[in-house]
Amino acid sequence: MSKRYAQLFAKLNDKNQGAFVPFVTIGDPNPELSFEIIKTLIDAGADALELGIPYSDPVADGPTIQKANIRAIDAQVTPPQCFEVLKKVREYNADIPIGLLLYSNIVFAKGLNTFYQTCADIGIDSVLVADVPTRESKTFCLAAEKHGIAPIFIAPPNGKPEKLKQVAELGQGYTYLLSRAGVTGTETEASMPVESIINALKSYNAPPSLLGFGISKPEHVKAAITSGADGAISGSAVVKIIEENLDNPSELLAQLNQFISSMKAATQR
Amino acid sequence: MTQHLDAYFGEFGGMFVPELLVPALEQLEQEFIKSQNDPEFQQEFQQLLNEYAGRPTPLTLTRNFSPNPLAKIYLKREDLLHGGAHKTNQVLGQALLTKRMGKKRVIAETGAGQHGVATALACALLGLECKIYMGAKDCERQQPNVFRMKLMGAEVIPVDAGSGTLKDAVNEALRDWAASYEDSHYLLGTAAGPHPFPTVVREFQKMIGEEAKEQIVKAEGRLPDYVVACVGGGSNAIGMFNDFIKEESVKLIGVEPGGHGLSSLKHGATICKGTKGILHGAITYIMQDEHGQIEESYSVSAGLDYPGVGPQHAYLHDIGRAEYVAANDDEALEAFQRLCRCEGIIPALESSHALAHALKLAEAATEETIIVVNLSGRGDKDLTHVHRVLEAGGHYE
Repeated sequence: MSKRYAQLFAKLNDKNQGAFVPFVTIGDPNPELSFEIIKTLIDAGADALELGIPYSDPVADGPTIQKANIRAIDAQVTPPQCFEVLKKVREYNADIPIGLLLYSNIVFAKGLNTFYQTCADIGIDSVLVADVPTRESKTFCLAAEKHGIAPIFIAPPNGKPEKLKQVAELGQGYTYLLSRAGVTGTETEASMPVESIINALKSYNAPPSLLGFGISKPEHVKAAITSGADGAISGSAVVKIIEENLDNPSELLAQLNQFISSMKAATQR
Repeated sequence: MTQHLDAYFGEFGGMFVPELLVPALEQLEQEFIKSQNDPEFQQEFQQLLNEYAGRPTPLTLTRNFSPNPLAKIYLKREDLLHGGAHKTNQVLGQALLTKRMGKKRVIAETGAGQHGVATALACALLGLECKIYMGAKDCERQQPNVFRMKLMGAEVIPVDAGSGTLKDAVNEALRDWAASYEDSHYLLGTAAGPHPFPTVVREFQKMIGEEAKEQIVKAEGRLPDYVVACVGGGSNAIGMFNDFIKEESVKLIGVEPGGHGLSSLKHGATICKGTKGILHGAITYIMQDEHGQIEESYSVSAGLDYPGVGPQHAYLHDIGRAEYVAANDDEALEAFQRLCRCEGIIPALESSHALAHALKLAEAATEETIIVVNLSGRGDKDLTHVHRVLEAGGHYE
């Protein structure tokens, strides 16, 4: 298991900061620009990266990230190409934790062992499979463990204590805390506070929790950290900037830089 | 101790959904188990089936349809069921479960519109709010069914995303459910999807085969040689097969949509040509590329146009208990017309695939052979479409 998440949270703790983690779909809108986009996220202050592999049927995603998936697939982006982009990202920065967020059939089609092996070879730190809940996670966890990849689980807002305990025990690296029900997107804002769930997770010694879904403004990041989360994940708001500036890459990167900096600035406790 | 149902059929099935939806599916499983042991539920379900839907449906011996005097072809007449197809059976069951769970709203996906119509009628009857997701392309192909659903008070949402067909409607219904599970039931329309749907739907459809078995034994004094049903997601087929699975002398045949032919890329024959993967919550046979991206299926019949299949069918195929074959568009259209002319029955295009294969079996018969075909639905909904196809010389999309 890589130590990048542990090192990150220790470092942020010293600085009295939470983590800000942006999400984008790899290959959106094409592999070349996608690499520039991810570089910009890092340069602008992202503490870790959450990156998606495009999939034809992203059922946990709202309209914005669905469109990102479609743009990448329309640009003929395949999982092997995504891994090429990821290699370059790892070469660009050796320390930043990189998490993948994707759907089960992409892993299944490659074969679980080969998939996690490939992740390990590239230096990926964690994998979250959006449609593999804890009750179906055994084979995925075994393959992840074999190759030293942290399996990430989602702590749902409707989670009963026994579910949260399972999430705490199975998950490594970090815990993906859902701010609300539904799918990804800025259409519905994050709802806070989630203290009771955070406290339950802490009592079960869960890995640090990052709050996601509906995080689109610096005040959401601030609220997440105030309510006890160790950081926040923002996906659709980041992807929206890509969608709105497809014709103008330099403007796209400039706006991303500005957005990520402002979100990161809100992590100071 | 809490009881659970097996989520797997061999290596197929499972509950591959976002963590958020697991409690809703587990709640459904528990309510289903309770209802199975509740005489009051069973009585209400049975009463609706008999007095509202029109069960039992007849088993009709065709007079002129079989091309071979050695082969008798019987039709299980789900086309006569209220709503026009077998879909009504399980929808009534799930709608009753919805009420038991205290939920007030139902969401559903539909391909041909048959499941949407069935859901809409059950919701109208039982006082449930109803929202139907339907691929935009399917809305176009199945206009009369869109109107039927609206007449019965359902809201119909066309889904533009992806291929604009059934698979995309399922995605959208799942997205809705992730936000609405507290007060909404996702009334899935076929014996596919995440556990417990494949089991729940089978149990609410199994009366088809139970009735057919009793009827054929009464008529012929023996079990049939073949039981044939079309397979899209596979609900009419599993309902028909279930009671025959233990009768080893009976050959079970599922007929998939061959579209333009299995060597073309335009078909929906998931078991015949697909590979193992995970789609809509279950490990099963699916149509996908080498990287796991789901491919678009194709069939002249919207109800069979789906790139996945129920996990129990995948299992029955793998253990060799059922055989899965394909009938292409042309064969289905020919069987469609033949049944109209020979018997005065207009079948659904979906069921016409099963009829097409029954004709092949009959032609090949060299001794007395009894074939039971599940005539899963009637063809009224297909008239405009078939009319256009035939006018275009059989090649219209």
